[in-house]
Amino acid sequence: MHPIPGVEGFMYPNEVELQWSILIVLYPYITGLVAGAFILASLERVFRVSAVKPTYRLALLTALAFLLVAPLPLQLHLGHPERSLEMYLTPHRSSAMAMFGFVYLWYLMVVLLAEIWLDYRADIVHKARTTSGPIGWVYKILTLGSMNVSPAARSIDDRVGYIITIIGIPSAFLLHGYVGFIFGSVKANAWWSTPLMPIVFLFSAMVSGIAAVMLLYHASCLLLKRALDMRCLDTIAKYLFYVFVIDFSLEMLDLVHRIYEADESFRSLDFMVHTRLYTSQVILQILLGTCLPLALLGAAQVLRLAESTRRKLYAVSGVLTLIGIFAMRWNVVIGGQLFSKSYLGYTTYKLQFAAREGLLSSLALMLLPLGILWVLVKLLPPFEEPQAL
Amino acid sequence: MATSRRDVLWEAGKFLILGSAAVSSSPSAAPAPTPAAAPALPAYNPQAHLWGMTIDIEKCIGCGNCVRACEKENDVPEGFFRTWVEHYEIDGADQEHPHVTSPGGGKNGFPPSSDAKAKQFFVPKLCNHCMDSPCVQVCPVGATFDSPDGVVLVDESYCLGCRYCIQACPYGCRYINPAKETVDKCSLCYHRITQGLTTACCEACPTQARQLADLKNPKDPVHEFLRKNKVQVLKPHMATRAKVFYRELDGAVR
Repeated sequence: MHPIPGVEGFMYPNEVELQWSILIVLYPYITGLVAGAFILASLERVFRVSAVKPTYRLALLTALAFLLVAPLPLQLHLGHPERSLEMYLTPHRSSAMAMFGFVYLWYLMVVLLAEIWLDYRADIVHKARTTSGPIGWVYKILTLGSMNVSPAARSIDDRVGYIITIIGIPSAFLLHGYVGFIFGSVKANAWWSTPLMPIVFLFSAMVSGIAAVMLLYHASCLLLKRALDMRCLDTIAKYLFYVFVIDFSLEMLDLVHRIYEADESFRSLDFMVHTRLYTSQVILQILLGTCLPLALLGAAQVLRLAESTRRKLYAVSGVLTLIGIFAMRWNVVIGGQLFSKSYLGYTTYKLQFAAREGLLSSLALMLLPLGILWVLVKLLPPFEEPQAL
Repeated sequence: MATSRRDVLWEAGKFLILGSAAVSSSPSAAPAPTPAAAPALPAYNPQAHLWGMTIDIEKCIGCGNCVRACEKENDVPEGFFRTWVEHYEIDGADQEHPHVTSPGGGKNGFPPSSDAKAKQFFVPKLCNHCMDSPCVQVCPVGATFDSPDGVVLVDESYCLGCRYCIQACPYGCRYINPAKETVDKCSLCYHRITQGLTTACCEACPTQARQLADLKNPKDPVHEFLRKNKVQVLKPHMATRAKVFYRELDGAVR
């Protein structure tokens, strides 16, 4: 009897191959960045945290760039992507996944595009009037025929934008909490099935989105040779620290609960965390991706550090945080498929390189939002003073 | 053979049309059958059946006939299984760690056991055709559906290949057909049972360990089987209302 390569113990025969690949790791990662970036933007708009104002527009554009890419890993993963429209046309109402399309469209069309358009409208009209050539036409199209930028019209824009942001906050919560629900509601999978999953996903989304915008703000100031607003950076880092503490507490609560309750799945999952998931879970997610950035961000809150030190410290924390949250998504999606539902064995995930669901396409999908963001930043500069009312 | 939702509806439609024709036409008005017409099959009424299966653990000898018959009947691709057989070995009181094997899904039987003292038995597995199927619940487009006669089927012309149902099935019964890129699973040989035949696996079983069961047919032996034996379904805590009933199922089986 020959053992199956990569399999230890007993797997049900159909379980040996993993069903959800790195592309499905990207899906919650990208939507998390969207939700987190939007929530950071709403800090300024709704909660009047004026210190983060320099990142308001950048955060919105970041959210849009990543949101446009969010469905692509799913499409690439489907056996029949040409049938995906059926999810809109004939959705199965009891399916958590079927609602994704509607949540996505709501968030894209009603929240994000509307808010960005209203915020930039005066700038777009100004550029449509002053820019010639094809770019001028792009701006003319972007005005959607509305050239009225009178103070009264701008005041309406502002009020509607404010309402949309208020609607946007629960929508962002819905978008990512819902992604967590897709996993958390699978009762057959002990690694996923917990009511904490949507909450953990939500807070980790905020952590990753805030860290991403913090890094992008940092990077764009360096690239555009603009002065970095340290008060802004300090405030973002402070919020990142607070949200991260909540996120970490929730994850630890989940962990402690599992260890203490030690149900039928515990031995199997515990073994997995100590073996196949050790590097990605213990080392990358918990130690390097959570404890270290938390310690660094905490140090910045407590100690009186020089500006240049804080700047470097924030950059390192941001990168580590993004790695940690990616590892968290990896551990949820891939980890949830490495053990048998019989709790008697384990399989291995073989990440391919140049395949449809391989490393190369994943890297391309992660770089694509940055390319889109670059175009958006060129088209709708986030750091210029908005046209006055 | 794949069964689509259209096929099921067609069968149901045929029943309605034939049934109403039988009711509305008096014997005198009925046209005489033409000599060229094929003999009409008795109409299949999905509403009159509720399909499941009984499995007698003590009768299963692990020969793998069922796996081979299923593979042949349903064009099951190599390396995937609509049905398979597991061999359990339990040493003493260690119920938590049974030694389970299923080489090639048990298709070619099992090698002799090295531990003569251990408790040993075979467990044939297949889709449990649950009444509250998690797979049906999660399918985003309804490509996986419950037929009116209690069989969980897949419409392969509609399946997106998202694999959510595979994640949702607690029993590991589903796989992606690599050629079609759609999900596949045991259809309880729907193309056979709607023609009055039994499933390929039941037909091939030399000890009658597996029996197709019609829970709505009062004359079906399933009722006596359920009444007279200690039966259990797999993973009852999943509350899926599975319809594959095992006689003498050991508590170590998962």
